[in-house]
Amino acid sequence: MSGDVLICGAGRTPFGRSEASGRQLAVSAVGAALADAGIEWSRVGAAFGGSDSAGLADTLVTQLGLTGLPFVNVKNGCATGGSALISAVNAIRSGMADVVLAVGFDKHPRGAFDPRPEDWGLGKEYGSDGLMVTTQFFGMKIQRYMYDHGITPHTLALIAEKAYRNGARTPEAWRRKPVSAAEILDSGMVSDPLTRYMFCSPGAGAAALVLCSPEVARTLDTPAVTLRSAAVRTRRFGSFEVFSPWIPGGELTSVSRDASAAAFEEAGIGPGDVDVCQLQDTESGAEVMHLAECGFCEDGEQERLIAAGATEIGGQLPVNTDGGCIANGEPIGASGLRQVYEIVQQLRGAAGERQVPGAPRVGFTHVYGAPGVSACTVLSR
Amino acid sequence: MGGALIRMTTLPRRPAAGLQGSHCSGCSVTVYPADESCPRCGGPATPAALSGAGTLWTWTVQRYAPKSPPYKEPPGGFTPFALGYVELKEGVRVAAVLDVDGLDEIRIGMPLTVTAGDGVPRARPTHTREEDS
Repeated sequence: MSGDVLICGAGRTPFGRSEASGRQLAVSAVGAALADAGIEWSRVGAAFGGSDSAGLADTLVTQLGLTGLPFVNVKNGCATGGSALISAVNAIRSGMADVVLAVGFDKHPRGAFDPRPEDWGLGKEYGSDGLMVTTQFFGMKIQRYMYDHGITPHTLALIAEKAYRNGARTPEAWRRKPVSAAEILDSGMVSDPLTRYMFCSPGAGAAALVLCSPEVARTLDTPAVTLRSAAVRTRRFGSFEVFSPWIPGGELTSVSRDASAAAFEEAGIGPGDVDVCQLQDTESGAEVMHLAECGFCEDGEQERLIAAGATEIGGQLPVNTDGGCIANGEPIGASGLRQVYEIVQQLRGAAGERQVPGAPRVGFTHVYGAPGVSACTVLSR
Repeated sequence: MGGALIRMTTLPRRPAAGLQGSHCSGCSVTVYPADESCPRCGGPATPAALSGAGTLWTWTVQRYAPKSPPYKEPPGGFTPFALGYVELKEGVRVAAVLDVDGLDEIRIGMPLTVTAGDGVPRARPTHTREEDS
């Protein structure tokens, strides 16, 4: 069932606030991905895509062209893009089609997400008493991690500082003005220990990828990137997730740990082989913890690594070279494919001002989200 | 001062009382609130009254008013409040609003007593001289 799958086209829109609808952004990203690949829409044999709150992906055929292709809607929270990508991979491996589209898009209202307790199987009191706030979870998870592993608030600030610095080098990023660590620490506490500028914001944007078989790739002019593996996992018992009225005692399990391990195993390489990576950074604390959960360092090592610049574009393991979620915002459905888009640019040597030096060969992407789902990919050229 | 606030009542669930959880003896898993089945093995779980005594495992402060609805502001308007997970001696970590005198006094590991009431569980400091440090 295996067999190489390649990414021959990648496209994205600017992220942030937009007058355009989520669907319009999606059409624009698909157009960019097709143009990048040098492939006509009529050549696409199957498509997978979705958004969390901006409409159904299969309706995009109205604008893209009514070619009759199978188009499957994916709705999988923060893993929407990753799940669409894995479906596309499997479509190629199974012989369903040799050119397949994966697209993710979204457009969210301003401010924090406002979920309803009944949708999460919780009593009304969790909403009326003010516990249905996602930022609380992020604050509480990193608070315990800092206590256990000696991470300081200064390190959280350095991560956000890097995100804005990399965002300034990324034309499509939302936050493109550098912000100093001192300003980040002084920007107002949101959910202790996380301040306002340490968080990403829900926003609008779209990203799309065109995948193909090796036979098709050989006929194209654009340099293709090999998708070595893609894995999605849901949480096991013992994990700490958002909106939990309780969590089990003992050591925590991690769905990010599970998904990344599966992706590395399938790719046949390890975290030490990765030259550039994209990790879910809904806020600074997430990047700290995901570095360890995805196997790039031991718990607690982040304090030294980040201070030494290891995760900077010129460092030993550049992380979130496009500014990540903190600088791009989080249109949920698009976020995972935005990460893959960035790795494709880095591996092609086409990342402009933010290009990782030394011609990186192997990249990694990771998304994580509610209610305990993670999707990871390993890519190489 | 203060001391653990323990209200005795015979009512099984809602009004201020001990925490009503459930326990799976096969998995040694205790959960709150009570569930008919064990989230680990899917087998039946039996009701278990939890002591409410524990220590703070992690915490944060809600610094801004949550979106309303679903949030209902208290009569005096919103003021920042602390919340966290209290690790009970039964081994379960329960989410609770922390009723502390000052936000500066919150420390991981501080002894707390959790009670159930009309809303979400609430935790108050357990004052015992030997555990103060």
